[in-house]
Amino acid sequence: MSSSEWEAVIGLEVHAQLKTSSKLFSRESAQYGAEPNTQVNEVCAGMPGALPVINERAVEYAMVAGYALGCEVHLWSQFARKNYFYPDLPKGYQISQFKHPICTGGGVDYLLDGELKRCNLTRIHLEEDAGKNIHAPNGSLVDLNRAGVPLIEIVGEPELRSADEATAYLKELRNILRYLDVCDGNLEEGSFRCDANVSVRPRGQEAFGTRAELKNINSFRFIQRAIDYEIARQIDLLENGEQVVQETRLFNHDTGRTTSMRSKEEAHDYRYFPDPDLPPLVIAPEWSERVKAALPELPGQKRERYQRDLGLPAYDADVLTQARPVAEFFEAAVAAHDNPKGIANWVMNEVLREVDNPEEGLDALAFGPAQLAELVQMVDDKELTGKIAKAVFAKMVESGQAPTEIADAEGLRPIRDEGRLRALIADILANNPAQVEQFRGGKTKLMGFFIGQLMQQTRGKADPGLGRKLLMEELNSDNEDG
Amino acid sequence: MTDTRITRDEVARVARLARLALSDDELNALRDDLDAILGYVAKLSELDVSEVEPTTHAIPLEMPTRRDEVVQTLSRDEVLSNAPSAEDGMFKVPTILEGGN
Repeated sequence: MSSSEWEAVIGLEVHAQLKTSSKLFSRESAQYGAEPNTQVNEVCAGMPGALPVINERAVEYAMVAGYALGCEVHLWSQFARKNYFYPDLPKGYQISQFKHPICTGGGVDYLLDGELKRCNLTRIHLEEDAGKNIHAPNGSLVDLNRAGVPLIEIVGEPELRSADEATAYLKELRNILRYLDVCDGNLEEGSFRCDANVSVRPRGQEAFGTRAELKNINSFRFIQRAIDYEIARQIDLLENGEQVVQETRLFNHDTGRTTSMRSKEEAHDYRYFPDPDLPPLVIAPEWSERVKAALPELPGQKRERYQRDLGLPAYDADVLTQARPVAEFFEAAVAAHDNPKGIANWVMNEVLREVDNPEEGLDALAFGPAQLAELVQMVDDKELTGKIAKAVFAKMVESGQAPTEIADAEGLRPIRDEGRLRALIADILANNPAQVEQFRGGKTKLMGFFIGQLMQQTRGKADPGLGRKLLMEELNSDNEDG
Repeated sequence: MTDTRITRDEVARVARLARLALSDDELNALRDDLDAILGYVAKLSELDVSEVEPTTHAIPLEMPTRRDEVVQTLSRDEVLSNAPSAEDGMFKVPTILEGGN
């Protein structure tokens, strides 16, 4: 069979760290990047007798994510112990949710090559993160700072069919969580992690093939490569009459390949049971209503509104909603000057060029949306030519000054003084008699030459519309006179 | 109910999952104990509970919540003080093989 006769089936599990100050079940700091084991208390160290008490903000963030992703948010949910032994898990179990997660259903609508697609969700549950193992030459070292940091695990249905779909889905999901401000979505620091279940089946077959679970993928590029590699590997196996083994495979960033982790089938018997230390989580309806009412507009909704209400092309709507700070900058500028397309162009072509990482916000810019709106307004009012507007923009980037101030200070306003322009035009006509004669003889293309002369005389500042009109008048009226 | 008896292998497997080293005598004794427990549960499952809400917790309590505030209680030295071995401010454990093969 050729590779086009196979179909990949991909289901993603995302672990997103919630942006709380303290851990899920204790008051220890959940901040990333501290010195090892400086953010560990009795609860995260799993000391006997230490009891967990849940962080209400983590619950709220899980609800926020659930409502935003269209899930059913359950006002009654329950925590369970997932039992396994690993050095980064001091209690010998992870507190997670199993039979009664906080959210079920929902989905992510994402764009791929301009086409709107959807991947449904199975569930979202709350759980605590494990610590970190660091491999040393003569043993392994354990840092428990991360142990107990709140996570939501977002489990997608196996509805993705290519690495491209998987990547687009993940980017949209990450963007949504960032819009909601519940997760900072940093793949490298591990605050947004993805495991991918990948299998292949002959196209048209309904039953799923045997799947492998890919771990250790910490960038979008690697997700793409890991999934592509795994699909090819499985097709290759099957075409050679071999079997895919159900196992966990690690992606190796250096080789671009996935390799089998030692099979620990037995370790996958987690013997879940309700955590006796934690009674059911019961959310008051008023709380959930408050959360629902406070949801911000999501990227997908913004994309739609920008096209429907602001008349932007789909491409612009997509670019502007990639990061919430950019969308907010754009909207603030449009609120100050009602030319969405004009402002969109400036944001996409100029503003974004000045920002290293738009997701981190546009606060580092010297100017704000009000100044950009003013600039676009000046262009629209023909106060600035497009070319000069760019020069003004460059000054704004440096100084943060208002464009009107810059234009005044630098003498960049267009020359609209008719008398001055007519005097300049008279000089130009007098100094170029040959061209004047040719023009009057019908070679009207020479208008470009005269405009060029006028711009040269005014160092580009003559109002081009007015300049053209006056040139036309002068050239024609003299003709009539002569 | 000999046909529902838990096997020795099953007991050994559960022991392995819980990292318990059991002697043959202990295995046999535990098998009898677990059998008695399972037999009791099997008897309970004869009851018709279709009209009863599942119980997840013995005490009818709702979970108390706490505000998202940071309070630190232990220094790193205290955290590591019970560790059999520590290095560079971290717990030291036997090498973990990740990725094998």
